[in-house]
Amino acid sequence: MKPRTIIDKIWDAHVVRRAPEQPDVLFVDMHLVHEVTTPQAFEGLRLAGRRVRRPDLTFATLDHNVPTWPRSQPVTDPISRRQIAALEDNCRAFGIRLEGLESRRQGIVHIIGPELGLTQPGMLIACGDSHTGTHGALGALAFGIGTTEVEHVLATQTLPLRRPKTMEVRVEGALPPGTTPKDLILGIIRQIGVGGGIGHIIEYTGSTIRGLSIEGRLTVCNMTVEGGGRAGIIAPDDQTFTYVAGRPYAPQGRLWDEALAYWQTLPTDPGAAYDRRVDVDAATIAPFVTWGTNPAQSEPVTGRVPDPSAVSDPAARRAIERALAYMALRPGTPIQEIAIDRVFIGSCTNSRLEDLRAAAQVVAGRRVHAGVRAMVVPGSQQVKAAAERERLDRIFTDAGFEWREAGCSMCLGMNPDILGPGERCASTSNRNFEGRQGPGGRTHLVSPPMAAAAAIAGRFVDIREWRA
Amino acid sequence: MEPFTEHTGVVLPLDRADVDTDLIIPARFLKRIERTGYGDMVFYTLRFDAGGTPLADSIFAKPQYRGATVLVAGPNFGCGSSREHAAWALREYGFRAIIAPSFANIFAANAAQNGLLTVVLPEERVRQMLETAATREGYQLTVNLEQQTVTDGFGRRDRFEIDPFTKHCLLHGLDAIGLTLRASDDIARFEASRPGWMPRVTA
Ligand code: SF4
Repeated sequence: MKPRTIIDKIWDAHVVRRAPEQPDVLFVDMHLVHEVTTPQAFEGLRLAGRRVRRPDLTFATLDHNVPTWPRSQPVTDPISRRQIAALEDNCRAFGIRLEGLESRRQGIVHIIGPELGLTQPGMLIACGDSHTGTHGALGALAFGIGTTEVEHVLATQTLPLRRPKTMEVRVEGALPPGTTPKDLILGIIRQIGVGGGIGHIIEYTGSTIRGLSIEGRLTVCNMTVEGGGRAGIIAPDDQTFTYVAGRPYAPQGRLWDEALAYWQTLPTDPGAAYDRRVDVDAATIAPFVTWGTNPAQSEPVTGRVPDPSAVSDPAARRAIERALAYMALRPGTPIQEIAIDRVFIGSCTNSRLEDLRAAAQVVAGRRVHAGVRAMVVPGSQQVKAAAERERLDRIFTDAGFEWREAGCSMCLGMNPDILGPGERCASTSNRNFEGRQGPGGRTHLVSPPMAAAAAIAGRFVDIREWRA
Repeated sequence: MEPFTEHTGVVLPLDRADVDTDLIIPARFLKRIERTGYGDMVFYTLRFDAGGTPLADSIFAKPQYRGATVLVAGPNFGCGSSREHAAWALREYGFRAIIAPSFANIFAANAAQNGLLTVVLPEERVRQMLETAATREGYQLTVNLEQQTVTDGFGRRDRFEIDPFTKHCLLHGLDAIGLTLRASDDIARFEASRPGWMPRVTA
């Protein structure tokens, strides 16, 4: 048989129907649902008199617009309340499991999927959210979809998709000290550009990727869409299997053995061809800070804000000028002289236990800089509980950080956690688009330790020179 | 879905790359539970200041672009969040076709589901269109899906590629769910053969 990539293997195993000229109809093993992109889909089902075909393969949580203040306090925004109530009603009416506001398993959909064992190697996963690629870190093929497609999956448990091309991003070498998986993915996007992966599913390979923890791999796959990729995936290995074992939805006993035997067949066969290959040298990775309004616009922390006048292509020059105007930055300014007002440690990119540990290590025994408001928003209630068992919450609150309930929070500015106009934020999230964290807000994407250090110093600092 | 066959309309040139869906419709306007009510918020930050006052120098405020239904923009249009609200907002505002050198995958799928045609043309052709629309008052383009062409009244003619199935659905305004449900037997057969180790959830 012709050697195949892991992407081909999972795709082929999910084709329900294939017809010439038409997209493949793929079976969805798990459909993850949240409050923002689904009300219109359920409404569509109702209007057409359709049911949810497989409630047992559908799983819901509340994350995008929930307030992160104590759960004992009410949701004050009437529109958020309406959207939350709509998902609660829809789940009740259609028989779907919901981990709601009171649940100990509530959290950002891309954090809790892996955490609960709902995400397993070889699965095909869909969710009405562009960061669904996150789940690829465990060797699943996971697609972000729009609301009409959500309705389609609810009604049919399938997704018609034209087969994307495949792309290998191979990373070799040791990650330099002071850098994290976040810096790695920022570096990859910096290299391929924000549109570099359009139309492709990306498999991340190479010794650097193999050496990442599962949580680190989740961070990398999470930002695949920021490079334009349709999905991102990392072949499962022993680390993956150990991670999945024993989680609430993981198979057990004989089923575990069956699953494991199958999972071991998933990695890409030697000699399998990709449509495209990109090589990344891990030695080129540094602690990155974005200076612009898309995730590819970053510089090493020791660098300077770029000078548009040095760029010859007029469109590229204008894009830099526009970004710098929005970000209120002068060309040539050293990154380490940029002062910040806010710090956000959270989001589906960087709100897992390892992220919080890394940030806490930097913060321990220090104080947040005067005038800086800093918050930590764990990705799930389980992450929060685990962090509290390790007393990380005390380290943060003693330093002057706010310690919040789980949710998307300031990643997208749909709940009360937003930047004010002109406020500048060091953020561990994934998007620095204009207004992403609140109208007029200015976002700099960084790793958790870099964000923590910025909170203490009031400006960006080189984490490599930070003395613990 | 409203079928798309041919459309002629005034062009609005949005000369920037990587137009993201947060720019098309900011997150704070996503809390509705309906498919409508987003048109007035499209490109909000390009059209209004922080206080909600219309920006007089916004391209959307210029009289020559009022009623524009064809949007021409730079590469990687629609990147970022998967929110279909972006497609709904563009449609509700009145756009029927968007022409750009490339589109983000999820956005292109969302657009097609809503009768909004995304036309991919080479970067230099798009650049010319941007420039013409910026200088020639009331510049119009005709997009013909059957022929896969974009033409103007001045001899320009570009052919574009489109996935045949997407074209078919757009031309006839077909609902993909209805089509897939016709394959219910295939789905049932597939379900019967799924491995037992995959997770299941109870409500
Ligand atoms: S944390 Fe941010 S990026 Fe992740 S799912 Fe929530 S809003 Fe989307």
